[in-house]
Amino acid sequence: MAKVMGLTGKVMGLNGNAAVAYAMKQINPDVIAAYPITPQTDCVERFAEYVSEGLVNTQFVTVESEHSAMSACIGAAAAGGRVMTATAANGLALMWEMLYIASSMRLPIVMMVTNRALSGNINIHCDHSDTMGARDAGWIQLFSENAQEAYDNIIQAVKIAEDLEVRLPVMVTQDGFIISHAVEQVKVLDDDLVQEFVGAYKPAYPLLDVTHPVTYGPLDLFDYYFEHKRSQIEAIDNCFPVIRRVGEEFGKISGRKYDLLETYKLEDAEYVVVALGSTCGTAKEAVNLLREKGKKVGLLKIRCFRPFPKEEIIKALVPRRGVAVLDRSVSFGGFGGPVFTEIRSALCDAPARPFIIDFFYGLGGRDIYVEDIEKALLQIEDVVQKGQVDQYIGYLGLRE
Amino acid sequence: MTKPLEIRWHGRGGQGVVTASRILAEALLREGKYFQAFPEYGPERMGAPVKAYNRVSSTPINIHSGVTNPEIVVVVDPTLFGAVNVLEGLGNDGIIVANFPEPPAKLRELLGFTTGTVVTVDASSISREILGRVVVNTPMLGTLCRVFQEVRIDTVLEAVRSQFGEKLRPEVIEKNLTCLKRAHEEAQVG
Amino acid sequence: MSKLKGWKELTPGGIITEAGNAREYKTGDWRTERPQVNKEKCINCLFCWAYCPDASVIVDADKGVMVGFDYDHCKGCGICASTCPAKAIDMIPER
Repeated sequence: MAKVMGLTGKVMGLNGNAAVAYAMKQINPDVIAAYPITPQTDCVERFAEYVSEGLVNTQFVTVESEHSAMSACIGAAAAGGRVMTATAANGLALMWEMLYIASSMRLPIVMMVTNRALSGNINIHCDHSDTMGARDAGWIQLFSENAQEAYDNIIQAVKIAEDLEVRLPVMVTQDGFIISHAVEQVKVLDDDLVQEFVGAYKPAYPLLDVTHPVTYGPLDLFDYYFEHKRSQIEAIDNCFPVIRRVGEEFGKISGRKYDLLETYKLEDAEYVVVALGSTCGTAKEAVNLLREKGKKVGLLKIRCFRPFPKEEIIKALVPRRGVAVLDRSVSFGGFGGPVFTEIRSALCDAPARPFIIDFFYGLGGRDIYVEDIEKALLQIEDVVQKGQVDQYIGYLGLRE
Repeated sequence: MTKPLEIRWHGRGGQGVVTASRILAEALLREGKYFQAFPEYGPERMGAPVKAYNRVSSTPINIHSGVTNPEIVVVVDPTLFGAVNVLEGLGNDGIIVANFPEPPAKLRELLGFTTGTVVTVDASSISREILGRVVVNTPMLGTLCRVFQEVRIDTVLEAVRSQFGEKLRPEVIEKNLTCLKRAHEEAQVG
Repeated sequence: MSKLKGWKELTPGGIITEAGNAREYKTGDWRTERPQVNKEKCINCLFCWAYCPDASVIVDADKGVMVGFDYDHCKGCGICASTCPAKAIDMIPER
């Protein structure tokens, strides 16, 4: 559309769903199997338009459920295709058993998840309970702060998933409605550049290679199942260098470099807020406002939640005095939300670990404001000054 | 980082406030501004009061929470004044841009809004006359341009052409543009 | 059975890269009765070959005749004996 910016490409006004659909068009995968669900619908509808207009060569498989969508993706990926899909919330929940199959078979499927609450009661708005629930399914998970990052992450996800050191499925998330339905400035790359970046797909053991027949998903009992899980643990733990390398390479073509984490005014920060997704943008404003008031605060944004970058998180958080974790999903009956639990566990053996408290927020799309995040940062400052935690778990934006 | 300028659109489901906010976004894109355009999220219900929002800035916009204190409120349907509090969160120096068949003084009286700026235009009549039916989002974009300095009206016209280019027949687009220009001229600021 | 491999020696995703390696898994010792064919009665209709769930009936494809059983894989289910229209197959207890 408008004018040329950055290295190449153009600037468009796109919402998160449209940005991802546009990236998918540029990637031009062999197969997409998807079922519509709010707030992802807009994305697959747009992609279906690209298919009907003949702008992509993709085989678009319309299915009767998300379980079938993921099943079709698994079949197509095992056959040797470059495969993508998209879903949200209950759709992801319906894929559950197939998510594990995809990762166990080491199939490089790329899926966009528009984060939405898992019912009940029924709710279509953003929280992270869908993808957090799927965090143990063996997929790489990349969270996006805005439409630009959703676009950038989808393109990188293809290259990460297909790297021969990885060969695992990747989930790229964006916050439902907050990002998926908000039109923002998105710098898109030239089609050729995207194609060159992702490269031609070379499947590892395609079922359609009839001269080298293989069997996927055989019966695996107490003789080998445990060994196979151990090798899967190794596979996902080994992804860090690839995710970083792809993030750097993407920086070279786009001017936007990516890492496992992003830090904002963290160098000298004493109090840190940790968040994922769109809240990180709002948190940057909260940090700015408190900095203006002389508070030494900063933000740690987790882009890559699976695999969990524990070493980098320890490095970023150990020198701090206090950490306020923001969790947009609940682990019912657990000790705090999933982000909190993981961070506390990572810091457990650190020599001088900071105080860490958790805040639940934003469930079912409840808005989070700059003031809420300021409140969280001031509370952790208070904890540090008192030298003790009275309450590990708090709530932001909740009526009593 | 300066606080972005925030606009809240009030309309009814089906009146095109989400489209209006998107056209404005495209115009801002063409002006090289940073922007956001987003609806008040939820199931779409024809006729129910709905809201849409814009943020505008000359620097990148990080914030992703809802708009609570807009600088400008645009009301595309005059029957909404009795149904929703359009003044919510609007400061004393705020601007109200309304589809309202009477001069600004009358609307000030109706709302009890004595400060700031009020702009009125009879967008329903303009659109009925030119398009033969009431389509109020394009004329209200023209009216907004009277007080919103971040974008030129020519850019908004281009953005309308681009957004409707594939969806509407050329003569219908031209009529929409005429509505937009006429509302811009006829709007009263007071 | 060969020595079980450690986790570092496995294929990605546990896929099996050798075709037809089910042959290496001998199921013959699951048997309590073995089929025995009386070729004097056998009419070479090949019903046994068609019905055998374990592909354990051996046929000379050139001559089109049933020649015997693959006792490494036959589980002794007896389907061949019960489908034989000539009653040419007997199930003999294994000892």
